[in-house]
Amino acid sequence: MSFTFRHLLGTEALTRDEITFLLDQSRAFQGIQKQPLKKLATLRGKSAVLAFFETSTRTRISFGTAAARLGADTMNLQAESSSTQKGESLVDTVRTLEAMKPDVIVIRHAASGAPHFVAERLGIPVINAGDGVHEHPTQGLLDALTISDRLGRLDGLDVTIVGDIRHSRVARSNIHVLSKFGCRITLCGPAMWLPPEITQIAPNIRLEPRLDRALPGAQVVMVLRVQTERLQEPALPADEYIRLYQMTPERLALARPDALLMHPGPMIRGLEIDPAVADSPQSCVLEQVTNGVAVRMAVLYLLTGGAPSGAAAG
Amino acid sequence: MPAREKTQLLNAAQTGRTIERLGHEIVEKTGEKHGIALIGIRRRGVPLAQRLARTIRAATGAEAPIGILDITLYRDDLSLVTAHPVVQSTDIPFSVDDRDVILVDDVLFTGRTIRAAMNGLFDLGRPRRILLCVLVDRGHRELPIEATYVGRRLETRPEDVVEVHLKEIDGEDRVLLERAP
Repeated sequence: MSFTFRHLLGTEALTRDEITFLLDQSRAFQGIQKQPLKKLATLRGKSAVLAFFETSTRTRISFGTAAARLGADTMNLQAESSSTQKGESLVDTVRTLEAMKPDVIVIRHAASGAPHFVAERLGIPVINAGDGVHEHPTQGLLDALTISDRLGRLDGLDVTIVGDIRHSRVARSNIHVLSKFGCRITLCGPAMWLPPEITQIAPNIRLEPRLDRALPGAQVVMVLRVQTERLQEPALPADEYIRLYQMTPERLALARPDALLMHPGPMIRGLEIDPAVADSPQSCVLEQVTNGVAVRMAVLYLLTGGAPSGAAAG
Repeated sequence: MPAREKTQLLNAAQTGRTIERLGHEIVEKTGEKHGIALIGIRRRGVPLAQRLARTIRAATGAEAPIGILDITLYRDDLSLVTAHPVVQSTDIPFSVDDRDVILVDDVLFTGRTIRAAMNGLFDLGRPRRILLCVLVDRGHRELPIEATYVGRRLETRPEDVVEVHLKEIDGEDRVLLERAP
């Protein structure tokens, strides 16, 4: 088995074998996070563009750390300071970045499909670091790595995802990964955030607006971040969301006693999650962050391999 | 293309004896003062290290810890290969700090693998000494690296291929030389 993709645009197109291979490769890089010296020279001389057209702290730092540990240089583009603010089109911006001869581009964009658009137009590998409400593939992979590390497997698990499913690329990437391992996925949140069509993207997906019905039997509970700007009167005031959906110790106790508690971050304590849950032994929030660097190292390593662009395909 | 000629240099018994002798040599020369550790370089260095540890245990009763080193990320030819090779885990379940470490590999050729292995080791700590044990030294070094323990020295041409087969991986013990035409 080897990884033959030129880009990583989503987890939807990945097969179960390809996901397994990516997770196995990530495990080799997990070891490096524990070494006294974490810096390798493997990608010395290569450079990665981190093009974040949407603000991000943790994902950008995670990719930057992954690139640095592999010895690659990074060129950073941040939305606030970018020329897109001055009216430059996406394609002109990325072509300009490509002209500086990077070996890979990591892109985050508020528009779903932007990384695909860029991949069709550039001659270098593209990694999707989150596009609109579509996908965030490295998050899906790092969550799968965290689950399989803690539970010893991915197959056939009962997973409950709680929050704003409609606007969540994290939920979508996780659904595409976990459903390939036969997991049963329950999506829970206010009805307006549970789009019925999402049950069509993979088998074994159930929508359940009531948390007390969504949690029993769950082996993995993923709590999503709630964007405060989406919590508005009169549709859904914040105190109503807290009353119905905040993950409290009592609610988590409805899941299996050994259920994992995950959150992609950034967490808002007191809104979607009770601090006692965030800090409980069931929480693997910080492992998710550590594993994020390993997964991104594996992806950067695999995609930057190969003959320089322009050379014969092989 | 003319067929390449393959000759057997060591049969199963000779291969086994050579490894056994290497184990005894390690015991004689290193002594037991500093507690040696064996680190096998993937892939065939790993079963070799395990067999050496068995010989050392039989001779001295001492348990030499065994580690596994994957050098993929330290290779110097990654920019030349068409696809990046699969990375395997490195598994060294002890501290290498202040220890006598014996790197173990099947064939010593250009020395580049050993250079990569030493870089990998230094990322894990600061060994007191690094020694090198190989089953076959076939010459043609491209770096100033020599083995401390050598099972068999072979006269080869650079284009020749030396194949080491080990029971644990290949189902049989033998060493073959494939002469370039």
